[in-house]
Amino acid sequence: MSAHHVVPVKTYLAVFGALMVFTAVTVAAAFVDLGAFNNLVMLGIAVAKATLVVLIFMHVKYSTRLVPVVVVGAVLWLLILFGLTMADYVSRGWLGAGSPWPTAW
Amino acid sequence: MSAHESAGKSYLEDGHGLKSWLLTFDHKRIGILYLLGVSFFFLLGGFFALLVRLELLTPQGDLLSPDAYNHVFTMHGVFMVFFFLIPAIPGTLGNFLLPIMIGAKDVAFPKLNLLSWYVFMAGGALTMYGLFTGGVDTGWTFYPPYSSLYSSSAVLPVGLGVFVNGFASILTGVNFMVTVHRMRAPGMTWFRLPLFVWSHYATSLIMVLGTPVVAITLVLLVLERLFHFGFFDAAKGGDPVLFQHLFWFYSHPAVYIMILPSMAVISELVAAFARKRIFGYHAVAFASIGIAVLGFLVWGHHMYVSSQSVYAGVVFSLLTMLVAIPSAIKVFNWTFTLYKGSVALEMPMLYAMGFLGLFTIGGLTGVFLGTLGFDVHVHDTYFVVAHFHYVMVGGTIMGYLGGLHYWWPKMTGRMYSKFWGLTSGWLVFVGFNLTFFPQFLLGVQGMPRRYHAYPDEWQVLNVLSGAGASVLGVGLLLPVVYFLWSLKHGPIAGPNPWGAFGLEWQTTSPPPTTNFLETPVIVHEAYDYESRAAGPAAETAPTSGR
Amino acid sequence: MSSEHSTALAHQFDSPEQQKESATLGMWFFLAQEALFFGGLFVTYLLYRWRDPSAFAAGSHELDIVLGGFNTVVLIGSSLTMALAVRAAQTDRRRQLVGFLLATGGLGLVFLVVKYFEYAEKWHHHLIPGDAFHFAGPPGERTELFFSLYFAMTGMHALHMVIGVAVLAWILKRARAGEFGSHYYNPVECFGLYWHFVDIVWIFLFPLLYLIGRHYQAGG
Repeated sequence: MSAHHVVPVKTYLAVFGALMVFTAVTVAAAFVDLGAFNNLVMLGIAVAKATLVVLIFMHVKYSTRLVPVVVVGAVLWLLILFGLTMADYVSRGWLGAGSPWPTAW
Repeated sequence: MSAHESAGKSYLEDGHGLKSWLLTFDHKRIGILYLLGVSFFFLLGGFFALLVRLELLTPQGDLLSPDAYNHVFTMHGVFMVFFFLIPAIPGTLGNFLLPIMIGAKDVAFPKLNLLSWYVFMAGGALTMYGLFTGGVDTGWTFYPPYSSLYSSSAVLPVGLGVFVNGFASILTGVNFMVTVHRMRAPGMTWFRLPLFVWSHYATSLIMVLGTPVVAITLVLLVLERLFHFGFFDAAKGGDPVLFQHLFWFYSHPAVYIMILPSMAVISELVAAFARKRIFGYHAVAFASIGIAVLGFLVWGHHMYVSSQSVYAGVVFSLLTMLVAIPSAIKVFNWTFTLYKGSVALEMPMLYAMGFLGLFTIGGLTGVFLGTLGFDVHVHDTYFVVAHFHYVMVGGTIMGYLGGLHYWWPKMTGRMYSKFWGLTSGWLVFVGFNLTFFPQFLLGVQGMPRRYHAYPDEWQVLNVLSGAGASVLGVGLLLPVVYFLWSLKHGPIAGPNPWGAFGLEWQTTSPPPTTNFLETPVIVHEAYDYESRAAGPAAETAPTSGR
Repeated sequence: MSSEHSTALAHQFDSPEQQKESATLGMWFFLAQEALFFGGLFVTYLLYRWRDPSAFAAGSHELDIVLGGFNTVVLIGSSLTMALAVRAAQTDRRRQLVGFLLATGGLGLVFLVVKYFEYAEKWHHHLIPGDAFHFAGPPGERTELFFSLYFAMTGMHALHMVIGVAVLAWILKRARAGEFGSHYYNPVECFGLYWHFVDIVWIFLFPLLYLIGRHYQAGG
């Protein structure tokens, strides 16, 4: 039964190692001026780290089909929350939006 | 007593005394505990409604000060929405019936189930404490900056009470979903499930995905109020409208938490009393999920005039049109089920038919409100109040009462008086329409909501509404009397007094603690009245077969 | 051994497999709800950072990267020990299980102690939002919003850690009593899922709070 799958210690250690490397990279990248890409790199690395934790530490790679659906569902709902909320604020600056947003400091 | 005899003991007989009820893990007893809890909060909310209608009998604000009136309509809303409408059907009928309908012994996590009731009561107690220390005057929607900076009322205990209560919802939702996924009896495939189960599953999806957002929103409000953090404070760069986004992200789907369980009941009533399978079973099942999913995409329709961008308003308006579609599919399919059905006009069926008409009015007026241009004129008027009472009372309460009248013999083993059932049903129907239809007219004429005084020309409609409310009140109180009376004096109900199809009717009234003496094996589709017509065969195969 | 098996199976379930799958699925639904709970904080962050990037950068520079980075390593390390604890339960190694659970709790406590020192330092610099807040520098008032989010987000995260350590203590007690093995380890697995989730929240909090606009600082 997949639920009883025992993950080898080596795999856990490898994931830990990767997470350490990713952490070091994200700190280093923060000090380099990549313009707009700074945010993308930072988020991308965080997502990669989270994915490793979810798949290996949390055993989603070895779980029944329903579990990845729950994970994807939660992420999707977060995107709905972020996306539709920001859709309001981002479009307030557009012509004809009806309500100017206070400008940044 | 032999093991077999005690195994067949009714869940009501299995343990006596307060402790056996307060420490029960039996989903049926927990359902009864919820019934008691929600009934109490319903009466409390109803008391505040009475005060509102009394004040509004005259154009002047002569019964209550403006401040007192603000407290009254707020507490009416808080108790009704959070402590009645959201927990009522899932907590009582959902808890009692879901495991039985899927052929299980109990829910997946019985201890969490009991915990959810205690959390519900704790949230209620905190809110009552808030009530006794002055109550809240912000409206049930708690908008800042009034709620965070200016209101001197009991925002903290009431806000925390609602926050705590949210966890009861979350626990129930998690429990129901795992139960449906993992505890179905052999042969009970997803598409053999009663539509009651599909609807409660959809409700649970919303409970799990939506409630945490209102929870964190209330936390932010508490931080704002206690420590002046500034999330919603314009002076610190915060935006009060952000609160509205976060609040309605939950509170709009919450209305589907309120209506989906009622729709769950209606599916069962229509099938049972038309003696037919529901027309378009798959469509109704998928429509339930569709309502849950689409319901998360429309919250901005509560914010058209809040300074939300017009472009966002347009997007939300379009999405709002979409969410009406699955609801309409269900109403059409229930109606088509009646065609060429063998319709029995028993009490529960009358409630179902009342639902079909009143929910249609409520739902259509919801589409009107979703229309940007129209909403600008009627936002914050009595048109909105009438709309949501049509769906919440005409919809949810009709379903709740219909369900109680249908499953009361199953839950208690007793039948109630048909005469009094009919009387209260008609009083509710007539009283309800008299109360809330005039409010559509008031709204279109411009009467604002949440005001304790109004211009003279609106008095007639307000008085009609008040008269309707007293009739409605009597109609709603009567069941308390005749249901309680039936416990001692009502005729004993057999296992299947309505001759309906469904696992709950295959077991005794009341059911034994483990629901079934032997695990059922399901071989028929849901509502398979046609195959039944061939002979008095059970819907399940003997467990030794297949 | 067989009595251990029978007492471990709750009456509503028909088999240990059904019980295990139900427990895990329930935990995942709960974590989905937790994600949405923190999501409300993240969307607030997203909005205000989008609007005031320089105020957020100024606030971020007040945070100690060394302490934040150290805590990140500590927490990820505790996830490793937690995963190894579950593995020990799966392979009937009781002493290893207890050891890894202790390590996880220990690392969790280290994290919380470091957090305490960070918060105390903020207090000394008048960076607690509210009436005592004072930030010297141009985006002064808007920077308060950064710190409001810093405390709300790391505070909520820390609260989850405290609850986690408390539950961990209870699981540790049961582990020492020999309750868990390959036949039954649901509580360990389910707690592990919770602990990893709290780790994932921090994986996002660290760069979002500590690493904003650091290249400005480096450039001078």
